[in-house]
Amino acid sequence: MTQAFDAAAQQALLESRAEAALDQARRLGADACEVGASVDQGVDVSVRLGEVESIELSRDQGIAVTVYVGKRKGSASSSDAGEASIRAAVEQAMAIAHYTGDDPASGLADAALMAKEIPDLDVHHPWPLTTDEAINHALACETAGREVAGISNSDGASFSSGEGVRVYANSHGFLGSQRGSQHSLSCVLIAEDHQGMQRDYDYTSERDPRKLREPAEVGVSAAERALSRLGATRPVTGRMPVMFDPRLASGLIGHLMSAIAGGALYRQASFLCDGLGQSLFPEWFTLKEVPREPGAIASSAFDNDGVYTRDNVFIENGRLASYMLSAYSARRLGMETTGNAGGARNLRLQAPLESRESLLTKMGSGVFVTELMGQGVNGVTGDYSRGAAGFWVEDGKLQHPVEEFTIAGNLRDMFAGLMGVGDDTDTRGSIHSGSWLIEEMTVAGS
Amino acid sequence: MNQPFPEPSEQTLLDEAVATLLAPGGLDLDSLDTGLAHAMGAGVDFADLYMQRSWHESWVLEDGEVKEGSYNIDGGVGVRAMAGEKTGFAYSNQISPDALADSGHTAAGIVRSGARLGVEPRLVKPVIERYAGIDPLSGLSAADKIEMLKTADRVARAADPAVTQVSASLTGVHEVVLVRASDGTLAADIRPLVRFNVSVIAARDGRRERGSAGGGGRFAMSRLREEGVAERYAREAVRQALVNLEAVDAPAGQVPVVLGPGWPGILLHEAVGHGLEGDFNRKGSSAFAGRMGQRVASPGVTVVDDATLADRRGSMSVDDEGTPGAYTALIEDGILTGYMQDKLNARLMGMAPTGNARRESYAHMPMPRMTNTYMLPGDDVPEDIIRSVRHGLYAVSFGGGQVDITSGKFVFSASEAYLIEDGRITAPVKGATLIGNGPEAMSRVSMIGHDMELDTGIGVCGKEGQGVPVGVGQPTVKLDELTVGGTQS
Repeated sequence: MTQAFDAAAQQALLESRAEAALDQARRLGADACEVGASVDQGVDVSVRLGEVESIELSRDQGIAVTVYVGKRKGSASSSDAGEASIRAAVEQAMAIAHYTGDDPASGLADAALMAKEIPDLDVHHPWPLTTDEAINHALACETAGREVAGISNSDGASFSSGEGVRVYANSHGFLGSQRGSQHSLSCVLIAEDHQGMQRDYDYTSERDPRKLREPAEVGVSAAERALSRLGATRPVTGRMPVMFDPRLASGLIGHLMSAIAGGALYRQASFLCDGLGQSLFPEWFTLKEVPREPGAIASSAFDNDGVYTRDNVFIENGRLASYMLSAYSARRLGMETTGNAGGARNLRLQAPLESRESLLTKMGSGVFVTELMGQGVNGVTGDYSRGAAGFWVEDGKLQHPVEEFTIAGNLRDMFAGLMGVGDDTDTRGSIHSGSWLIEEMTVAGS
Repeated sequence: MNQPFPEPSEQTLLDEAVATLLAPGGLDLDSLDTGLAHAMGAGVDFADLYMQRSWHESWVLEDGEVKEGSYNIDGGVGVRAMAGEKTGFAYSNQISPDALADSGHTAAGIVRSGARLGVEPRLVKPVIERYAGIDPLSGLSAADKIEMLKTADRVARAADPAVTQVSASLTGVHEVVLVRASDGTLAADIRPLVRFNVSVIAARDGRRERGSAGGGGRFAMSRLREEGVAERYAREAVRQALVNLEAVDAPAGQVPVVLGPGWPGILLHEAVGHGLEGDFNRKGSSAFAGRMGQRVASPGVTVVDDATLADRRGSMSVDDEGTPGAYTALIEDGILTGYMQDKLNARLMGMAPTGNARRESYAHMPMPRMTNTYMLPGDDVPEDIIRSVRHGLYAVSFGGGQVDITSGKFVFSASEAYLIEDGRITAPVKGATLIGNGPEAMSRVSMIGHDMELDTGIGVCGKEGQGVPVGVGQPTVKLDELTVGGTQS
């Protein structure tokens, strides 16, 4: 039931369409043009209570064209990368560029910065599995989780597998393309006691299917997480140390990256405007980007401007060593691009790592947060206040689950108050981090 | 508020949808029946086709110049085949006989054996249009659109010298949909949706704060200009930023909370609405599951989901399964009375669909979703509500919220809030996140104002990765106790 996907043929097709769009833009009078195009295909299966719930076959494509006429710009996109749609998109983009105003910073990145070579980064591992095999993975995951005593209900398990091609080309003559794949399995289980229901989840996601965790292990872990939340109470209100689990610690790095992104800086919408060179973290903390790491989830040899990607060090020995810039935001700030159009690709920490037990001992008493809710992060001021759930810690040990409380502080204070990083590194996303222990935040509960 | 447009015109809508969606691919209504038959494979008990095409336009102003404009065309067909609780789904960005056959066969693969059922003959039910079936993008020239954005910039900068950055955006979507299902359903809709937004940064004495305002609905872009939204939202965004420049740290702990009218209705969306969507209740994963007919809120609390409001952002003449949009009472005088349903969950629960099936696009599966969700007004005078609080929080605007429907815990973050001291509104506070438990919070509602308002038309609701436009509303409401997550303990 899976559809054939000829990645090489798709890649050749998209490349020729992108070049056709560039040609057409030139003929219509554009001074410069850039084109992004992609095709993705996959299967998504979900099961619940041992039965197939849905099977979805997806095939998405899209093309986006940006033209520059003098210092004016116009963009258009379509969910169809057929020739007629591309022609229409280029015409629409030209029509828009007729109305937009001059922007001195507009235009392509410098030609000299285009990626020269596009190495194979080991991110394309298609998995030609049948729908039945996909279903069996999801079933194995959910079944193992439901067999754990105390699990009362399930919100199901999902398995997805897909691959795709993306192409970026511009009128400097640059054309980069990359194939990629991603395979994921996730499970949400529900535990219940006299107090009510609790849900939690776990997942595994990789570019190479051989690296996926065992389905049963994911299901059992989701079950254990849900069970561990039963009987939660509310913590008392007060100021205390807060530890973030690895997934949530990655989120804190995400807030840092949003604040040092060029777009936020030139709009003055960041609490780290003028932060370059400032000491933000303890001296033992370094954060770097490795955009060409083979096999990593976000690896790419070129950014969304076609600029070559390079290892960046954003935080060096605690200091903000570099902003995260695209060609456009760099021009706005009078700086050089860091090859980060489209964001950061694969962030890694360099810090002395400690066991979770050691971090908890250091904490003494406080909360270990395993879930955050809501959007209470103000990027302009760094003010942070979010709903949370997790565990109460006393005498350096987890005591009991806690829920329905908030943790609040300011990101600057939280970064400066980083007391330790765990060795429990979560490697599933683009940001790899272990748990973070923060010296003090305000907990609002009962 | 429930005034329909004067001339019901299913036929006109249908003709336009056929011309827009089917004719270019060489299809007509008869060939849809053929296409649908592919999805009605052995063992399939229901199938539907959802054809959609949308045109999205967006203009963005920064630094006093409209530097960016973009145009997006999307479209295709989504095909579902269902057997009991199982759903097979496939889609294509082409609306052609081949695409219908391929996607239909793929979707039908969800089951491999069983009886072959036929496709019911087309049945077009009368539909009341809740908004005009127009292209909202036309009727205002590109130059006019740009002028609106520049007006917002000028008004915001003139409003106060502390304003350092202004950005404004104007967006519009023209969407045409056609639904054909094996149960006989044939329905078309043309859904305009526009929005104008202003965001400013104000700086003073080394402090920087943001303020934003916006709104829109299902009507022509030209109406935004006629209503002077550029000026209104520019002033409102500046006002909010200036208030936040004066804000002190929020308290931490449990206090009485008064929510202002309108957009704070997001509380209902999170604390009540999601938990009353049919899918979560069928699966027993909602904190409200099995509580139909029971008290889940204070007496006096009546919450409805209403797709029938004229021109509102969350309104739908028909939903994405072709069921007419409806007014559904969810909680009446504190008693749970209704769930929001799509066809699948309604059938499995032995209930009737309520016109709440929604999907982000043809490439997404529909689910039960909210439309415009609001609390009906009570008898209290808003000033009396404030006066009744000795020490508490008055929250008038929010950034966004989230709910865990299983435990019932919800969170939402205030973007404009004030302290209430001795019955008076005093200092503005920043960084106030509110957290609570849905059924518990609804049982702590002790006063309900007579000042019911709907929001200005800015809501986007996310569920399982799909975003859809929604509306919320409420009068001024007092909750006797809610946890405020500030830093001042």
